[in-house]
Amino acid sequence: MQKTLYITSNGRLRRHENTLYFESGEEKRAVDIENIEQIHIFGEVDLNTKALNYISQYGIILHFYNYYGFYSGSFLPRKKNVSGEVVVRQALHYLERKKRLFLAYCFVESAVYHMMRNLRERKEAESFLTAIEDEWEKGRFAISSVAELMGLEGRIRNIYYQSFNQFLPDDFAIEKREKRPPTNPINALISFGNSLIYSHTLSQIYQTQLDPTISFLHEPSEKRFSLSLDISEIFKPLIIDTLIFKLLNNHKITLEHFDEDLNYCYLNQDGRKIFIKELQTKLETTVRHRQLNRNVSYKGFIKLECYKLIKHFISDQVYSPLKAWW
Amino acid sequence: MGDIQEFSDLKFQGIKINYLYICKRKLWLFSKNITFENRSDKVLLGKVLHEYSYPKEKTKEVLIDNLIMIDILSDGSIREVKYSSKMKEADIMQVMYYLYYLKQKGIHKQGIINYPKEKRKEVLELTPDYEEKIQQALREIEEITAKSIPPPAQKQKICKSCAYFEFCWG
Repeated sequence: MQKTLYITSNGRLRRHENTLYFESGEEKRAVDIENIEQIHIFGEVDLNTKALNYISQYGIILHFYNYYGFYSGSFLPRKKNVSGEVVVRQALHYLERKKRLFLAYCFVESAVYHMMRNLRERKEAESFLTAIEDEWEKGRFAISSVAELMGLEGRIRNIYYQSFNQFLPDDFAIEKREKRPPTNPINALISFGNSLIYSHTLSQIYQTQLDPTISFLHEPSEKRFSLSLDISEIFKPLIIDTLIFKLLNNHKITLEHFDEDLNYCYLNQDGRKIFIKELQTKLETTVRHRQLNRNVSYKGFIKLECYKLIKHFISDQVYSPLKAWW
Repeated sequence: MGDIQEFSDLKFQGIKINYLYICKRKLWLFSKNITFENRSDKVLLGKVLHEYSYPKEKTKEVLIDNLIMIDILSDGSIREVKYSSKMKEADIMQVMYYLYYLKQKGIHKQGIINYPKEKRKEVLELTPDYEEKIQQALREIEEITAKSIPPPAQKQKICKSCAYFEFCWG
């Protein structure tokens, strides 16, 4: 499996002859460039064009995060997998109202399915699960626009986040979801996790022929790579939320892992390390795939979603979003 | 004259002939640039084999007309290097196509397929039968790649080791 490298400390990425090194103080570590697919950079890292050119030869994507751990952007090497045919057809599915709504609905359907899946085993959250089911069953057949769908999804997400209070430690009470900026620990965790899943999804999209700027649930103008937002909807509850539950309920992450700055609240370096490590383990965890009859990692499932979208665009197979069956 | 006319209309990369005999769906996807080879271990193995086999040969990877890539070119023959002989028919047709292509340009050569890992080789001579087969194949490629929808996936034994496996079946 192609590996992901996370750099949380400060230092320098340097090419020396045909090896890439990460140098931090006295320490000098060679990077296994042949087997790296993406590098996430959280620390203060210097690099020059010599290093960038070398990295791009191997098609490696760099994701950068700022001081607070928020995603700031990516360095994407020249794209190798380009198919005009796929892009034209992808755009067609955006332009035709019904086609767009179908895909937008699929993303929400899968997201809601995974939210309900997260609550199903929790007795404390039973009433919230029922409320979500009611809202979804009542609302989903009446949708006639993407905006309405977004509204329904927003209402469901509200109920969903409220239910967290029933089974997460009191220190991590959630009043409401706030994004910019998160002012309390739980919102900081969700934001951090979501930006990680966003960049991981972008990495997978980038390896396929999909155009990351043409999206269906989110408006393509909303963010640069909005298809990554669309596909992330499926994986946020499936990967990130379950991770947060685990980290908090096992007290692996506690209040001491957060720093506060005026109105900001963010994970400190230790907290990030714990989160990233756990996320990486999760992304590499495999599940037996019933059709493929092969083990597929959580990361692999993100890529399979991309493949299914391509097949949908080329009229090969109608898209049916992932609904975790395990 | 008919032949020459057709030849100038129907020219494809050699790999397309190969794919026609392996999987028509792969051929269609490849023709639309929907490729997944760049991350496949099997493809990497093939590349390494090409690089390290026959180091003494000087004329390696010769690109003709910006279209067909001859692995090794020598006085009397053209050689194609393959990892395994599992898909021999497809390999033969690919080399026959090269011979046919060169013949249209007035160049007559013999074809050799090397399977260095198996220490085997196939020596090929372009016959009228094969010429006809190639012409048919070219027409078929034209037909398949002109379609707006890919041929449906059909499970074969070789699917398992194909770079498109997860795409087709996932």
